[in-house]
Amino acid sequence: MSEAKKEQTTTHKIGIYLWIWGLLFVLSFFSYMVDWYQFQGLLRWSLILIFMFLKAGLIMAFFMHLFWERYALVNVLLWPMTAIACFVGLMVAEGKYTLFSRIFYFFVGGQ
Amino acid sequence: MSEPKIEGYKFKPGYSGMAADTASDQTMFKGVHWGKAMMWIFLLSDTFIFSCFLISYMKGRASTPVEWPNPSEVFALNAFGVPVPLLLIAIMTFVLITSSGTMALAVKYGYERNRKMCGWLILATALGGLTFVGMQAFEWSKLIHEGVRPWENPFGAPQFGSFFFMITGFHGTHVSIGVIFLFIYAYKTFAGHYDEGKRGWFTSMKGDYVEIEILGLYWHFVDLVWVFIFAFFYLW
Repeated sequence: MSEAKKEQTTTHKIGIYLWIWGLLFVLSFFSYMVDWYQFQGLLRWSLILIFMFLKAGLIMAFFMHLFWERYALVNVLLWPMTAIACFVGLMVAEGKYTLFSRIFYFFVGGQ
Repeated sequence: MSEPKIEGYKFKPGYSGMAADTASDQTMFKGVHWGKAMMWIFLLSDTFIFSCFLISYMKGRASTPVEWPNPSEVFALNAFGVPVPLLLIAIMTFVLITSSGTMALAVKYGYERNRKMCGWLILATALGGLTFVGMQAFEWSKLIHEGVRPWENPFGAPQFGSFFFMITGFHGTHVSIGVIFLFIYAYKTFAGHYDEGKRGWFTSMKGDYVEIEILGLYWHFVDLVWVFIFAFFYLW
């Protein structure tokens, strides 16, 4: 890199990093509180997922700078996640079927 | 990080820019250092590996009629004689987030060519990672002592152990490798390799502070994976 190009490298204000850092601490604290207060059922699962996705989004967007990257890179990285989402959906169905057949044949027997 | 400028090429914003970048008969990721693009693609493949682990864990847990061990009790730690649920895991989470924050600041100070500040922050990140690995080793030895094995455990479904050792072990390996590289990069930063543009040990590439950002991407990814492990393995 030439000297002229080096000077063009812009950085972001330190405030934004400190904000994201603080938010990550707060969100981690909240997700720990989900376990501390022993929330159960749908409330527990939805809270865990909300805090998880918020934390993951903040880390990727600001710490990994995806918020400032060009869409050509961002889209190449994020679209493959839909394949993982499909895989999760398939395996949820498969897991239910496996559990069903295990319990079913336990009572009905083989043959 | 930087606003890319390429002579003779007009950058467009948003999705029309994405279409133009992709179809420009040139490099596709414009203004992105090749090492950074390669790191991203490696991280994408690593995402798939960790996803496979977590999905197999989900499938294993969903398909067993035996009750799954309650992580809140299994990972409880006695503090002053009182069992606190997930205490060690919570501390590990905070340590990893702290190290992620110092890494983000190290990248910022690196681009501002603040050599000392960048070096100290990388060193702090490495020490955070080392603390994390140490606590994970403690957790492993505690569980092994309590009789958790990949094929059996005294708490419930026998699959628990194999998923636990596989997932946290693979993540711990990533952290350990990251710590080694953080120490190497801290040395290289303090020695001024990125200021002078000194060539690396295994590459003819001239040293530049973009390498700190590439290392940072890896380290943030390790933190990112822990967010998912924490949610699905320890909290769920």
